[in-house]
Amino acid sequence: MPEIMYREAICDALAEEMRRDPRVFVMGEDVAIYGGAYSATKGLWEEFGDERVRDTAISEAAIAGAATGAAMCGMRPVAEIMYVDFMTLAMDQFVNQAGKNRYMFGGKTTVPMVIRTEGGAGRSIAAHHSQSLEAWFCHAPGVFVVMPSTPYDAKGLLKTSIRDDNPILFIEHKMLYGTKGEVPDKEYLIPLGEAAVRRPGDDVTIIGYSLMALRAVEAGDALAEEGIHAEVIDLRCLKPLDIDCILESVKKTGRLVLASEGYQEANFVCEIIAKVQQFAFDYLDAPIERVCAANCPLPMSPVLENEAVPTTEKVIAAAKRTLRRA
Amino acid sequence: MAKAKAATKKAKPPAGRKKKAPARRTSKAPAAKRAPRGAKKTLTGEEKIALLVRMMEIRAFEDKVFELLARNILKGASHVYAGQEAVAVGACSAITDRDYVTSTHRGHGHCLALGADLKRMMAELCGKATGYCKGRGGSMHIADVASRNLGATGIVGGNLPVATGAGLAIQMQGKDAVCLCFFGDGASNEGNFHESLNMAGKWRLPVIYICENNLYGMSVAFERAAAVNEVASRAPVYAMPGVAVDGQRVLEVRDAVLEAAERARRGGGPTLIEAKTYRYRGHSRSDPRVYRTKEEEAYWQERDPITLFRDDLIGQKLLTNKAFEKLQAVVDRAIAAAETFAVQDSPYPDPSEVLDDVYCGWIETDKGLVRTETKG
Repeated sequence: MPEIMYREAICDALAEEMRRDPRVFVMGEDVAIYGGAYSATKGLWEEFGDERVRDTAISEAAIAGAATGAAMCGMRPVAEIMYVDFMTLAMDQFVNQAGKNRYMFGGKTTVPMVIRTEGGAGRSIAAHHSQSLEAWFCHAPGVFVVMPSTPYDAKGLLKTSIRDDNPILFIEHKMLYGTKGEVPDKEYLIPLGEAAVRRPGDDVTIIGYSLMALRAVEAGDALAEEGIHAEVIDLRCLKPLDIDCILESVKKTGRLVLASEGYQEANFVCEIIAKVQQFAFDYLDAPIERVCAANCPLPMSPVLENEAVPTTEKVIAAAKRTLRRA
Repeated sequence: MAKAKAATKKAKPPAGRKKKAPARRTSKAPAAKRAPRGAKKTLTGEEKIALLVRMMEIRAFEDKVFELLARNILKGASHVYAGQEAVAVGACSAITDRDYVTSTHRGHGHCLALGADLKRMMAELCGKATGYCKGRGGSMHIADVASRNLGATGIVGGNLPVATGAGLAIQMQGKDAVCLCFFGDGASNEGNFHESLNMAGKWRLPVIYICENNLYGMSVAFERAAAVNEVASRAPVYAMPGVAVDGQRVLEVRDAVLEAAERARRGGGPTLIEAKTYRYRGHSRSDPRVYRTKEEEAYWQERDPITLFRDDLIGQKLLTNKAFEKLQAVVDRAIAAAETFAVQDSPYPDPSEVLDDVYCGWIETDKGLVRTETKG
């Protein structure tokens, strides 16, 4: 299988879906001539032109709202919001209009749209360009949240998201765009709401998503060298959530560590913890551990930034605590 | 430099490359072949009377809503439209059934002007299963997407971007249609207004932004909140015509929208229309109206849109006082029937349906979302 970069996988998914369905179009800041701030739309404008690859004004609310209106009128827009931090400016349109219209209007409309955005720390670009805000959107009824960690997942899940009839926030990670992975030439789709077991094990379950799924795998590898067999799960989608996969693993291992780049307070993993204690309480052998970002705005200084976000070492340490081997 | 280079590339796409894209188009009716078809320009006497009746229906409906609110039969918040009828009726009479409309938190008049059924409207306000949105939306969220009413919103200015997106879809699909976007003077101070008009102005989208300037954003007068005196004066900076009309004159509103719609259908882009009007009631039922004077209210009552149009029609010998009274009786009976249907005859939704229709193809359960259907 050929290896391609995460950003290329995104771009390939967009191009394939645009060729397949004339209702699909791309719009956002710098997506056309520039090819996207992280080059995830590179080459689309050359192939599809101004009509279907639209550079917009720096108007996040209008981008998200225009996507909503176009989706309600028969199009399938894929809008890009350059940083998830900028979703604050598009929040009303995405959460109040796109997310709620179907329900409020008695099920008589669909809003088939995707907002692609990216988040996460790692580039020392501080508090307005480094956040992981997925929990906010998981809290909003009517929208899905998809967060792939590999090029294979990015392509398969983006294609599925574009074909889905729900408004979807597709959150990429800025430190993943340059990572490589195997992606088949042949077309494939990945269903929403299915987690992937990256490594089987029966001592402790480690859950991650987006970049933290890679950290979880690294932690699992390191633990294996010490004879600890961790089962590593990559959520891939936060909403819909593959709770069955999580419960099955926890029932086997009895121990759970969750890694997320979101702030610890009211992190989305708290919802997973609630569900695990509700449905697998009797199987737990140790307190559940979460490894999240510190409850402070993301600092610029690389030393502080590294301190604020979860690292592989922190995940390893948490896993050992569940095994009382710290 | 890079930009210029890329633009040249775009002007001459690599030979054969575009052919790879499927020839299938989304539009069933490419606009190029056919001359744009707008609403008819001149109205017969009967059609004018129909406009008057629509306005009377809205007034009677809103009076009934206010009464039901006062009697606590109707729950929640309702922002009534009484006083502004000429705007909705005039504007909606100037578009066709191929066109889209977006509405506001003060939106009953827009729905009724589009021909919504009085019974299902009243049922929705009462939160009944027979309402337009199965009772889930209520006063502030009525939509009838099948008839291209893309719905009302509880967020001031919330539908300006949505209407802009509807205009974008129309343009990309090559449809002979426009989107009529209602909003208030208060919304024209929102960022959504400026972002949307800029986008529509740049892309020449077929959207008619119609501002109902009823002088107050809740309690704050437009002149106390805005840096300009007229909403319409904000149009030129977004490369579109700005037109201020007397919002109490139904035919004046209609003519302005007809002209804007014709321009939009020809590819001439968006228009901003400001209809100067007045809401008779407070912002909502709890509003004591301390921010305006009795004299001001009396002034606008003198310029009542229904009375003005009725007198015009009587002056043109298209209507008599007696005929008007008969029409009023018919309207009153229809409103009474709507009340009976909504309040007495309609059931509330089944509580078991509370989680229906949040998602397409998925439903919330104790354990989380599960699929309701397998997609083919």
